[in-house]
Amino acid sequence: MLENILIYFVVVPLLMMAGIYLSRSRAQIRAVAVTGSVVLLGLSTWLLVEYLGLRAAGETAPMLFTDTWCWFSPLNINLAVGVDGISVAMLLLSSIIVFAGSFASWEIPQPKEFFLWLILLSTGVFGFFISIDLFTMFMFYEVALIPMYLLIGVWGSGKKNYSAMKLTLMLMGGSAFLMLGLIGIYYQSANAGGAHTWNIVEIAQSGCLDNNNWQYLFFPLTFVGFGVLGAMFPFHTWSPDGHASAPTAVSMLHAGVLMKLGGYGCFRVAIYLMPQAANELAWIFLILTGISVVYGAFSACVQTDLKYINAYSSVSHCGLVLFAILMLNTTAMTGAIMQMLSHGLMTALFFALIGMIYGRTHTRDIRLMGGLMKIMPFLAVCYVIAGLASLGLPGLSGFVSEMTIFVGSFEHTDTFHRAFTIAACSSIVITAVYILRVVGKLLFGPVYDEHHLTLTDATWWERLSTITLIICVAAIGCFPNFFSDLIKFTFSSEIFAAIGLN
Amino acid sequence: MDYSQFLSMWQEIGLLIVFLFVFLYDTFAPRKAQGALSGITCVLFAVFTALGFTSCVINSPDAFEGMYQNSPAISTIKSILNIGVLIVLIQSTKWVNSDFQLIRRGEFYELLLLTLTGMYLMISAGHFLLFIIGLETASLPLCALVAFDKHRYESHEAAVKYVLTAVFSSAVMLFGLSFVYGIAGTLYYDGIAQALIIGGSTSVMLIVALAFVISGFGYKLSLVPFHLWTADVYQGAPTPVTSYLSVISKGSAAFAFLVVLWQAFGPAYPEVWEWMLYGLIIVTITVGNLFAMRQHNLKRFLAFSSVSQAGYIMLGVIGANSLSMTALMFYILVYIFSNLGAFGVIGAIENATGKVDMSDYNGLYKTNPRLAFTMMLAMFSLAGIPPFAGFFSKFFIFTGALEAGTVSMYVLVFIALLNTIISLYYYLLVVKAMFINEPEEGREAIPYFRSACSERLGMWVCTLGIIFIGLASCVYTYIFDMVGAVANMIP
Repeated sequence: MLENILIYFVVVPLLMMAGIYLSRSRAQIRAVAVTGSVVLLGLSTWLLVEYLGLRAAGETAPMLFTDTWCWFSPLNINLAVGVDGISVAMLLLSSIIVFAGSFASWEIPQPKEFFLWLILLSTGVFGFFISIDLFTMFMFYEVALIPMYLLIGVWGSGKKNYSAMKLTLMLMGGSAFLMLGLIGIYYQSANAGGAHTWNIVEIAQSGCLDNNNWQYLFFPLTFVGFGVLGAMFPFHTWSPDGHASAPTAVSMLHAGVLMKLGGYGCFRVAIYLMPQAANELAWIFLILTGISVVYGAFSACVQTDLKYINAYSSVSHCGLVLFAILMLNTTAMTGAIMQMLSHGLMTALFFALIGMIYGRTHTRDIRLMGGLMKIMPFLAVCYVIAGLASLGLPGLSGFVSEMTIFVGSFEHTDTFHRAFTIAACSSIVITAVYILRVVGKLLFGPVYDEHHLTLTDATWWERLSTITLIICVAAIGCFPNFFSDLIKFTFSSEIFAAIGLN
Repeated sequence: MDYSQFLSMWQEIGLLIVFLFVFLYDTFAPRKAQGALSGITCVLFAVFTALGFTSCVINSPDAFEGMYQNSPAISTIKSILNIGVLIVLIQSTKWVNSDFQLIRRGEFYELLLLTLTGMYLMISAGHFLLFIIGLETASLPLCALVAFDKHRYESHEAAVKYVLTAVFSSAVMLFGLSFVYGIAGTLYYDGIAQALIIGGSTSVMLIVALAFVISGFGYKLSLVPFHLWTADVYQGAPTPVTSYLSVISKGSAAFAFLVVLWQAFGPAYPEVWEWMLYGLIIVTITVGNLFAMRQHNLKRFLAFSSVSQAGYIMLGVIGANSLSMTALMFYILVYIFSNLGAFGVIGAIENATGKVDMSDYNGLYKTNPRLAFTMMLAMFSLAGIPPFAGFFSKFFIFTGALEAGTVSMYVLVFIALLNTIISLYYYLLVVKAMFINEPEEGREAIPYFRSACSERLGMWVCTLGIIFIGLASCVYTYIFDMVGAVANMIP
């Protein structure tokens, strides 16, 4: 079992949890967290290299590094792992954010419990991305949800009880839809005879859901189930409250990675398994996600709390991910995956910076701050970079991903798709409005509060955390080809040929 | 008559031996040696539990022309109940040795073992006569147990409520059975099934009879609208008795219900009882959840939570296939560990401080982190959060129910799933009280105390069970293998 590299993405976090449990001091906890996240980062980089090597050598299986261990044999539940380019990219993203998040929570109170829950959350995330078995995937998905309640409830700020409960219940509501859909898929997986299976690759290859009317029930169930986590309108309301109340590292991990579980799941389960239903029902969800994109951006314009601004901007950007997936063509889907990476890094950077600013000024209200460029130039410059990435400056990640998405969306020639693409494009302009408004008010201009003049700039661990993220944002912006090559193989597979995907 | 038939009743006989030993020891042992009674009972019962897994018990045949039935599944459910009883015995050690109860210590064990014998007979019955005998043997000693806290007024009230409901429900069920006898001319389960198949179409009389039988079970299982006694009895009874009532009594009744419906009424008219059960499940889960949200007393809270859990257990009955039966038994096992974990913590705190209100638990994590942790695991498991056992049991019971693949089952499971969200809300309220809330103004959090050795042992067992029963697939596979061997019981 231990010869498969993928299993270490679950083993390492579990070892980290054991290490943190045994730690006696803050220094030891920091040591365990940093060592563990460096190991994870190394592991995902190694996986990337290995994966590219295998693909270069002409490997054509849809998933690589696959392995199956029997778990509940009566129900044919296996612990099945395997990755394609998209999962590799997501694993890399997750490990970068866990790394940055560990440094961002350097001085959190009650570090032991905090890191235990945080690492449990990341175990769920990593497990989700390596699974190709619907049951284990769903299990890891739920493992990632529940620590949020305590992380927000205990370490959060503001109306944390309300937000924590709202977030947990809404996400569990999504998983109620999801569970029904997944069990349904399982029972339809053997209509050609043979045993039922939970394995995604086997279900996709057997074609058991093609021309099967059940898919018109299961597609909406799974898409809505994952869409709740992807902040799809009208199920996005947990996101602003939850992100605003959560502590820094949790906001980073949640907006950066956990919301990507939604987009990834929509792609991997709803669309990958049921392309026909996706083709016919996509218009419903296109309307909803289109609303997310525009509505999220407009809402961000009127907020005064830094975290709320960024949370609504996340709704808008994550809406764009689902929007692009529903376009059902290679260009737009490539853009969607790039947008997941880009938004993950960018929003983690935003939340890290907001946490650092809040830790100094003890307010997140932009009306009560100003001129921070003079006081904490390092953080302010980083904030400007994050803002520029968010509004799509060429050379940073936002530009390439949004560009690809809109080019892909415009490939549809009918009025409906064109109209929604144009509407979604308007979000770029609105993004510029709220980003520049915050930058202008918060960073430039006169110093609002005299007490702020005594504040200090970033410490070394904060610098490390932010610089890591900025490098990654710039890397995607400068070398988009590398990432689009990494993920293109999945789209060239024959599964999408069925619906005329080019 | 062939007296060797008694030998197939291994488990009943074993239990009676334990009972007799405890009884004789309690009566005749010298005063100095009396203190060892709790330890002896626990050890004896542990040995007895372990023996339940031997092949000679599992494979013993039916007896008395099918009046007493045995199968691997039946002996497994008995062993599962034994595990629960063992935990209850361990957890109750401190309470039963306290000054108030010391003089009645022997009675507690004797009554407990007697009710268990009754439940065994209920499960193993193949004839309604034996079933009713089992039912009464299980109910009457329980009334005495509910009234065990002689000095507490609530305990008396609860006992009166319990005895009246028990008698009433038996009467209702017997009335229904008299109709069944009128239709079928026999009280053997198999005979009823055959007579109903020959009889042909659904008669109004059969529907009436089924309605009465199901109502009788409804009282035992506290399904809505027959649940009204639950909260008061759970609150009034001593905590060990409450925990026994909530898991063992409920588990055995659920399994007996399954056997009766599938074996006696299943082959002929599944559509009749399936729709009755369908309605009962929806109402039970929903009403149980909605009332649980409003409770402040933790024992009442767990009472309503157990009402809604009974609804989930019934999903295993309505599925009517071997996956459902496995899931139902697995659910009962997991429910035993989760609920007893919760009751273990409540009992320990009640013994130490006398507090049972949710607001008393505010800030518990800061003062008693281990108790709070056990309670949290129990709540997560009851709510069905992975990687804890409750997630697996819920998932399997839904999977079993959906195997039929009809739209009505999808609707039912969807309603049950939506209810898990409601239940998560109130389970999280307990977690919130312990981990997030500060003690109310003018009140202190429960101070640190060291719970008794036996209580800690019980909680450890429950914690390990909650964590590992789900993840270690061998438990589920074992139950599945045992159930697979009795395919003949499934219509």
